[in-house]
Amino acid sequence: MKHIRFFIIFFTLFSLSLHATDGFKKTEEKGDIKSEIKKYIKHHLKDSHSFYLTSFTNDETGKKTYVEIPMPVILYDNGFKFFMSSDFKHGKEVVVDNESFYRMNYDNNKIYKTDSQGSINVSEEGKILNEKPLDFSITKNIATILLVSVLMFFLFTSLAKSYKTNNGVSKGVGRFFEPIILYIRDDIAIPNIGLKKYKNYMSFLLTVFFFVWFLNMLGLTPLGVNVTGNIAVTFSLALLTFLITNLTANKNYWGHIFWMPGVPVLIKIVLAPIEFLGVFIKPFSLLIRLYANIQAGHIVLYSLIGLMFIFKAWIGSSLSFFLAFFIAIIEILVALLQAYIFTMLSALYFGFAVEDHSEAH
Amino acid sequence: MEKLIEEFSIGLFFWQTVIFVILIFLLKKYAWGPILKAVNDREQGIKDALQSAELAKEEMESLKADNDKIMKQARVERDALLKEARDLKNSIVSQAKDEAKAEAQKIIESANEAIKNEKNAAVSDIKKQVASLSIDIAEKLLKEKLSDDNKQMQIVEELLKDVKLK
Repeated sequence: MKHIRFFIIFFTLFSLSLHATDGFKKTEEKGDIKSEIKKYIKHHLKDSHSFYLTSFTNDETGKKTYVEIPMPVILYDNGFKFFMSSDFKHGKEVVVDNESFYRMNYDNNKIYKTDSQGSINVSEEGKILNEKPLDFSITKNIATILLVSVLMFFLFTSLAKSYKTNNGVSKGVGRFFEPIILYIRDDIAIPNIGLKKYKNYMSFLLTVFFFVWFLNMLGLTPLGVNVTGNIAVTFSLALLTFLITNLTANKNYWGHIFWMPGVPVLIKIVLAPIEFLGVFIKPFSLLIRLYANIQAGHIVLYSLIGLMFIFKAWIGSSLSFFLAFFIAIIEILVALLQAYIFTMLSALYFGFAVEDHSEAH
Repeated sequence: MEKLIEEFSIGLFFWQTVIFVILIFLLKKYAWGPILKAVNDREQGIKDALQSAELAKEEMESLKADNDKIMKQARVERDALLKEARDLKNSIVSQAKDEAKAEAQKIIESANEAIKNEKNAAVSDIKKQVASLSIDIAEKLLKEKLSDDNKQMQIVEELLKDVKLK
């Protein structure tokens, strides 16, 4: 019964997204389609204040209707302000709250402070000069993060419970993830961090692995979320790795950075700034790697799907369909791979931080 | 880079960090901790079971070796007992034989003695009878022969012939 429900949801979502692309084909001219696809992709890659499902255009009136779930907007501008994202009407309306006026720019999904007419001042380089309030809205990405967090919580607590109820043997859906947990412990944490201290880092490594993996996979569904391809998210993850690495580091680690043992003094002086820079570059590479991989994957996949509507011919469209299909399969692999790499490298950095050099090298 | 910075949303960063850190602690308490503990316990259990199986096997082997040793010992003992019994039997038999032989010898000897004595008695008896008979006969002969003087003289002469002076 559960499975049937799942498939119904899946296919409705899938058909919804198909429907959305149908809308493109009917309304836009061929020359226009390229820029429309470009805009669509660009829009998709960004976070959004509402959960967009589909949109369609009424053939008779030519009016575009959006099917989306509105999200709460939370602004900090001399006190918190709450309203729903649907109030913006896709950037067409100005929201008034306590004599402050806000308007959303639909192109970059940012909220600007404006006047009662909703005027937007643009500089000569095309930059918007309006003041931006601090935006703590529950956006599409945050909603997805919450969804994945709740999912993970229930999934893994059910796995944890199944051990108790089933005499130490896992049972149910969680059982699928037990070998992965063991893999992370035996092949990522223990070899990189060492048997003595790996336990302290297991919670972070396991959480980050499943979090990134699930979000990557969710990005491949027709829901069209792009969480791990967002720089703020990867920055947050890498920042945690950075903080954990440097806060748990032992004397050896700092010794290796500022006063590398076993080399001449001159080289020590040269190495110190390089090593110190490395402290920041390592997590920075983490955040850029994950961001770029997922972002690029989404761009390629969406471009290939868009290509189908540019060709509009049997051969070209089916060719790009298979290409898109192929890339989608690869993206499934990349989703796992990037989660693995992030976890692996985090474990490696933790390993550097707690490495015991008493045995010399 | 500028585009990346412009894309950076503080709100998203804030929520992501908050949610993620809470998620780590929640999962640590309710999922990873119990899961890793259960897995560890299970692995320890398997290790212990294997170890005890190994121990049981070793014990079995030592028991078997003990059994073999005892069996061997018993067999040796049995063989020794059998040999002893056989020797005893042989010695008893031979002793009995010897005794019987000695007894027989004794009986035979005494029989021989008896026979010899009887024989001697008989012989001496016969001798006596023969002697008396001979004396009788000689008496009778002498009586007849010495009836006349000639014959007496003749005998004396004959006897004297035999007697030679030394």
